[in-house]
This record gives sequence, structure tokens and C-alpha cells, in this order.
Amino acid sequence: MSLIRIEHIAKIYQVGSEEVHALRDVSLTINKNEYVAIMGPSGSGKSTLMNILGCLDTPTKGLYIFDEENVSQMNDNELAQIRNRQIGFVFQTFNLLPRSNALHNVELPLIYAGIPTHERKERAIAALDKVGLGDRMDHKPNELSGGQRQRVAVARALVTEPSIILADEPTGNLDTKTGEDIMLLFNELNDQGNTIILVTHEEYIAEHAQRIIRLRDGLVESDKEVDKRVKPKENGVASN
Amino acid sequence: MRSYLFELKEGLLISLKAIRANKIRSVLTTLGIIIGVWAVVTMSTAIQGIDQAFQKGVSSLGSDNLYIDKWAWFNNDIPWWELRNRKNLSMDDYEKYAQMAKLPQAIAPTQWTRQTVTHDEKSLEFVNIQGTIDDYIRTTNLSFSDGRFFNELESKGSRNVAVLGHEIANKLFDNSYIVNQYIRIKGQKFKVIGVLEEQGSWVMGDFNPDNQVFVPIGTVFKYMQRENSRSITINVRAASSLDIDNVKEEAVAVMRRVRGLTYDQKNDFSINQQEGLLSAINDTVGVIQVAGLFITGLALFVGAIGIMNIMFVSVKERTKEIGIRKAIGAKRRTILGQFISESAVICLLGGMIGLGLALLSSLIMNQIDFPTTVQVDAVVLAVVISVMTGIFSGLAPAYTAAKMDPVEALRYE
Repeated sequence: MSLIRIEHIAKIYQVGSEEVHALRDVSLTINKNEYVAIMGPSGSGKSTLMNILGCLDTPTKGLYIFDEENVSQMNDNELAQIRNRQIGFVFQTFNLLPRSNALHNVELPLIYAGIPTHERKERAIAALDKVGLGDRMDHKPNELSGGQRQRVAVARALVTEPSIILADEPTGNLDTKTGEDIMLLFNELNDQGNTIILVTHEEYIAEHAQRIIRLRDGLVESDKEVDKRVKPKENGVASN
Repeated sequence: MRSYLFELKEGLLISLKAIRANKIRSVLTTLGIIIGVWAVVTMSTAIQGIDQAFQKGVSSLGSDNLYIDKWAWFNNDIPWWELRNRKNLSMDDYEKYAQMAKLPQAIAPTQWTRQTVTHDEKSLEFVNIQGTIDDYIRTTNLSFSDGRFFNELESKGSRNVAVLGHEIANKLFDNSYIVNQYIRIKGQKFKVIGVLEEQGSWVMGDFNPDNQVFVPIGTVFKYMQRENSRSITINVRAASSLDIDNVKEEAVAVMRRVRGLTYDQKNDFSINQQEGLLSAINDTVGVIQVAGLFITGLALFVGAIGIMNIMFVSVKERTKEIGIRKAIGAKRRTILGQFISESAVICLLGGMIGLGLALLSSLIMNQIDFPTTVQVDAVVLAVVISVMTGIFSGLAPAYTAAKMDPVEALRYE
């Protein structure tokens, strides 16, 4: 069953008198519980595609159906609601609120969803436990390591039980080892039934996904399944 | 409705957090509002105090009194040269009026002059000396702390006796044994026969009985001022304030006869009333009020601009934060509410501090005998003004924040 369906999406930016075609014509379908990596060199339009998929931006042309709802027709508030309920973001720069502790950062989407305080706290604690940071809840982002910050961000993305998790270069600011740990976490989440879309330009990161979509110059260059999912070597087990 | 309340509560919590995170800036920003609210509240209580003092001062004149004079005290409809050209009111006029008028409860002529008053080494210059007759006391509500007013005999005989106002007595004498002592007015020896109780209204100034000396009118003409060089005033008291219109009507008719006016001549005297003073005072207080509130309002406005400015800076600085909030689902309305409530809370805190300062300064003003009390409406005024200022100055910055594009905002460093 398709969760995301986009048809002939184009995004044109007006820079001065010049038109920049960030996306020319992209069509995709992503199903529930898929683990998709979007790859491409810089300027290929992968960030633009990610913004559109994440409902942060709307396409200039084309159709976007998310969970049977036409997103391309929605106004700002409806988009905000979709982002809040259906999408969990994980960014390269973590994007945590610097003056709030981990717990409050994770709670934030629930505040916007209108969840009462008590339930909110419970769910935020559960999400932090899930990413292994149950003992770091009172720490502010600057008191946490990069890997821990990204785990807080993942917990924040998970806490609303969204339909998809959108990760934009989630390992870009982390060292290789910590990056691997985060990717492991994503594998786990995918195994638990979460749909994950990953934007990256690193081949070895993309190989965690089941499916790799390559973009070039605003067009889909290739879209294929990965037959073998690479697990980190320490696990010693490679499964498909 | 519930979700609005929920958002309001969460917005307030978020803004409190942001305010605490920027303590110094919040304090500096609030300073403008503190000063503004302090100024507005202090000014409005001061004006109230002035008004009350005026009312009290005026009521000490008595609402049952008329003052027949050559001059119109408050009414400026008659040009001053016409007033000047009127014939002076004389003691003759008074006597004729007193004979013919049947309605008044008491009638007394007064003539005032400024003289130096001394006792031993102490000397007061330009003291308001009121020359009058024994009946004068019956046209007022004055009471005595010691002694009495002069009697008919002393009045008719122009004896050198004096009744002192409370302030004058205090300034001339160190002890309380004042009655039967002697003072000198323009060098003439006068025996003190009575001291008035304190009337306690600073507004009336020289015309406050506290600052006056009362002597028989004959002594004024004898020692201080030639009779008829200036017009006297005839003080008239009606039996009750209900009666005052009749007394006034009779006074006009009688005075026209006394002054020998024919039917086509205009009145060459004026009948003055407390009411006239009241309306003059209300005009004055009104002007003070408008001017005062305008100036203090300006202070508040400057404060509001300060808040607006700092909120714009804050929005710009927190662009990334706004981007994050939007990405995880904050609606425009939520962001708008967050920033407006932030500026409202800053202003409310400032307003509370300003109110505290206003309470303090009203206490200080009370110490220097300026009657003020901060009323409940001043508190309400402070709260309403500061919240309104906050909302007003937060509106534009919050709107800028709310309509930010999340993609752009997230990219901002």
C-alpha cells in the first residue's frame, strides 16, 4: 500500500530574473515500512525533494498524495498539522532547542499536538528510553555529545508515532563510529515497522536502506532495490 | 476553546522560559515599560489627589455661600475693563443690602490686605489680613482651637483684636499660650483673642483660613488701607443650599436698588458662588489631566517602541528556533501567540514593577502632605495598560515570525 505518491513534481525557484529548476519532473511511490535512501550530488535537488516530501515546502507543479490526502493543495496550517502528526524529522545539524533540556525538546511536538502534560511526559520519557538516553533527560544539548544529540532528535521524531521518519544527512555531523550507531538505530526502527526516508550522499550510509533513489539535475536517475542489507560487521550477521 | 486555553498556557510557559534565558535583556527592555507605567499610575493618582484636595478646599467655602463683589471671580464672559470700570462696593452698599435683604442667615463685609505681622522677634511678610465684622463667623464653618471670634462691640468699635489662622499661629508662637498675647500688624498692636482650628487644605493657598488673620474691618480702614480705595466683598450665607437660588435672586434685586440701577442698565456687581469655582477647578484639573496623561502616555509609547524593537531582534535571532518549531508542527497561530504572549508577559512584569514603584512614590508624596492614594482602578489601569502595550508592541514582530518560511528559517545560521 502506497504511503507517499508523487507525480510529475517540479519546483522552480525565482532567483532574480532567472528561473532555477531544482526539480524538473519527479514521480515516486513509497510504501509503508519501506526504508528508502535518496542520493545525489549537491545541486541534484535532493534537499528540495526532501523538503517537499516533508511538507516543509510545496511543489510548483505536480501532485503529492500523502496517505490518501492531497498535500499539494494544502495551506500552511494543514501542512503544519501533517508535519506534526505524520512526519518525524531528523536533521544533519540536530536542530534541537539549545536552551531546553532533552526531555522538553522531545516533548515539543506533543505540545503542538495538544497532548496533556502528564501523557506528554510519559511518552517523551518512553521515546528517550527507546533511543537509550533515559538517564540524560535533564541535560541541555550543549551538555550532550553529537551522537547523543542526534539520539534526542530521533526520539523527538519518534515521539508522535509518525507515518514516516525523514532523515536529512543524519550522520553528516558525526564521526564514523557514532554515525554507524545512529544507522543501527534506524535499522531497528525500520524493523519495528517505521517507514524511513534517508537523504545522504554517502554510499555506505545509503546501503543501510532497502531501496536507493538517485537524483541528478532534478530528475530521477535510478531507483532500485538493494538486495543485501549491510549490517555492521560487529554483529557478524548479514541478513537480507 | 480548550485547545485555545491549552495553547495559551503552553505559549506562556514557553515565553517565560525565553524571558528567563535572556535575563539582562529582558530587564533592560522592561525598564521602558516600568518607567512608563510608573509615570502613568503616579500621574493619575496625583491628579486624583489634586482633584480631591480642590474639592475639599472648595467645600470649606461652604455650598450655601454667595459672595457679592465688584469682580466676577470665575466667569470670564464679562470683559475685564467692564469689571474694572464698575463702581467699588462700599460699606454703605453693604449696610443698605443688609437692611433690605430678608432671606440670608448671615451677612458680612470683608476687605483683605497684605501686611507684615510680627510677634517678638518673629515676623511674617505679606500675610493675608481679612477685615470683617462679628457676623462673619456665622457665614463660615470655622471652629476654634482656642478663644473666640470678636464680638459686636469689638467689631463696631474697631478694637485692636485679632483671630489667627492655625498656620500663622504656629509660625508666630512657640508655645500654645497664644490667646491674650499681642501681635503687631503694620506696627499696630493687636490682642489675639482666638486661634482657629486647622482647616488643612493646601490648595487654597493664601485664601486658606489657616494662613489668614481676621481683624475688625474698621481697623483695616484705620491703619492699613483707605476705605473705598478697593471694593469690599459681601459674604452672604443662605439658611441651606436649597435656599441659595432664592437668596441669589433677592440679592440681585436688592443690589440693583442699592446701586441705583435703572431697568435698562446692566448689573454693576457680580454674585460669585462655589459652583463657579468648582467648574473653574474642573477645567483646570481637566487640562492637567490631559497634559499629564499625554506626556506620561508618551513615556509609555517610547517604552512600547523599545519592546517592539527588542522583539524584532529576538525574532531575527531566533529564526532557527522558529524554523525548528515550525518543522515539528507549530502552526502560524501558535508562533504568533508565543511571541505576543512573550512580549505581553515582559510588559506585565514591567507593569507590576512600575506599579510597585508608583505605590512607593505615593507613600513618599504622602509624607510631604500631598494627598494621594493608589486606588484599585490605578492597579487595574496598570495591568491593562501594560498587557495592552505588550500585545501592541509584540504584534508586528510576532507576525514576522509567524509568516516565516520553515525551509528558509531552518537554513538560517
